[in-house]
Amino acid sequence: MKTILEASNLSKTYDGSKVLDIDEFSVEDGETLVFLGPSGAGKSLLLRILNMLEAPSTGTVRLGGEEILRLQGRERVEVARRMAMLFQEPLLFTGSVTRNVAYGLKVRGFPPAEIEKRVADALRTVRLVGFGERHVSTLSGGEAQRVALARAMVVEPEVLFLDEPFANLDRLNRDALQVEVRDILKRRGMTAVFVTHDQQEAARLGDRIMVLDEGRIVQRGIPSDIFHKPATESVARFVGMDNIYNGVVTSAAGGLAQVLIEGKAIEVVSERIEGEHVTVGLRPEDVTLVHAADIGSRESSRNALVGRVSSIEAQGPTAYVTVDCPFPVRALITMRSLEELGLEVGSEAGVRFKATAVHLIQGS
Amino acid sequence: MSTILNAFKEAFLLIVRFNPDFYRVLLLSLIVSGTATVIGALIGIPLGVALSESSFRGRRVLLTLVHAFMGLPPVVVGLFTLLVIMRSGPLGSLELYYTPTAMVIVQVILATPIIAGFTHASMEGVDPRLGLQAMSLGATRWQAAWVKMREARAGLVAAVIAGLGRVMAEVGAVLIVGGNLKGQTRVLTTDIVMQTRMANYELALAEGIVLILLVVIINIFLTRLQAEKGMREIEKRVTGYPA
Repeated sequence: MKTILEASNLSKTYDGSKVLDIDEFSVEDGETLVFLGPSGAGKSLLLRILNMLEAPSTGTVRLGGEEILRLQGRERVEVARRMAMLFQEPLLFTGSVTRNVAYGLKVRGFPPAEIEKRVADALRTVRLVGFGERHVSTLSGGEAQRVALARAMVVEPEVLFLDEPFANLDRLNRDALQVEVRDILKRRGMTAVFVTHDQQEAARLGDRIMVLDEGRIVQRGIPSDIFHKPATESVARFVGMDNIYNGVVTSAAGGLAQVLIEGKAIEVVSERIEGEHVTVGLRPEDVTLVHAADIGSRESSRNALVGRVSSIEAQGPTAYVTVDCPFPVRALITMRSLEELGLEVGSEAGVRFKATAVHLIQGS
Repeated sequence: MSTILNAFKEAFLLIVRFNPDFYRVLLLSLIVSGTATVIGALIGIPLGVALSESSFRGRRVLLTLVHAFMGLPPVVVGLFTLLVIMRSGPLGSLELYYTPTAMVIVQVILATPIIAGFTHASMEGVDPRLGLQAMSLGATRWQAAWVKMREARAGLVAAVIAGLGRVMAEVGAVLIVGGNLKGQTRVLTTDIVMQTRMANYELALAEGIVLILLVVIINIFLTRLQAEKGMREIEKRVTGYPA
């Protein structure tokens, strides 16, 4: 695969504090690379630097093998025109939808006939046929962001940057646009760098994910690795591994280790050796709740614990239930299961999870 | 009360009778203030945009100066200009003394800071991310600034209106450098002052009414620019593309 964009030793210092410190990464032709991280991790700053809108304190960025940050004047504009960015807000210019979508083509000096054709194509792609003459002030949030998407894609950039473009949309619009954007990117073979704080969005859109925390890449990999094998405790927490425990390996044999957590032993698939201190993580959706009385029955789960429910947080059709065993185990179950089990705060519950569901956090 | 009513009648007659003396004064007012406003806008708008859009050494000092000059006392500007252009002054050889050109010069000095200051303020009111968005779509710095100017157009038109308002109403400075010479440098404001001194109150007030009418008509025309259509026309001419 051909590398489109490469960055190395990128850093940015504001008032003596380093807010971005990235060793290196590259973006391959046609892939969607996602930078996932909490607010303030430096994601937007990184995109602005890659899009030549802000200068880094140190580092180089190569587009198609050519170093671009040192360029000036006309050369700089020519290179900048091979990229485009979609921001969190639509940032539409006052006027018609057509004026907005045509903007990038106009500044590139396309002939009017070509502009007209491309704008019509772009509006079709984002399903806004017939919206050309509408004034942008009459658009809904979802429509406005679609116009912004069409405006960025119409110039057919070699790399499209997307800075949390769905963050301000309601869930329905967000879900729909995520799918649309992914399809458009794949259909056109477009290379994209996407930043988001939303792990679902990252999983949906990313071919690869890099987790950014405090300006540094703390983990990189394919989505399943990021979500199931987080490299550090902070990544684990960020990707939704809500149950994180510190323990000691008390015995290890045949790839299975016993880890003692607050006096209770759990089984973990691991090659760790006896006496080692480890941090393990468990996703709430990997935990099953049963009646306390049924906990002894034969089941494939290696880990079975009994405890008391300490909290229930209902979230629409699902609920997070925390059971103290004595260490708190957070489980995600459906509201229906919750009703069938008749659980309430203070009642006893059985907790089960497989040894394969428990992940040793690599940094520990 | 009858003076005021008579003044309205007089104003009407002044307009319909096509008195050549009066029309000469009216035309000179328009030419001097119009020219000064156009020149002031040609300098003031780019200056205000530059103060907002670019960072250069001395930007803050220049901005402070612009703000201070927005309140320049016209009489002082007139006096200063007079000392520069009078026969013994540094530009005395140009013989600008008591000419419409001298009047345009003082009015440009008065209008430019106002136009620049208001332009700067309205550009600062535009979301700076719109400029970044334009650049991320391939705009040069100036094309991005143009996008922001379009967004700030109501403010820019207001800046020009304020500049025009200042110079159309000006009397002290133009009197000093122009001298109110009949048929040569007499404009509406200086004529009003003279007629008042000569106790021709009805005529003075009539001219005042005409002056106000003139300002209102020009402002209606300029305000139309704030509407989308007018701006589109300008953009079409500047960029060669219909908006």
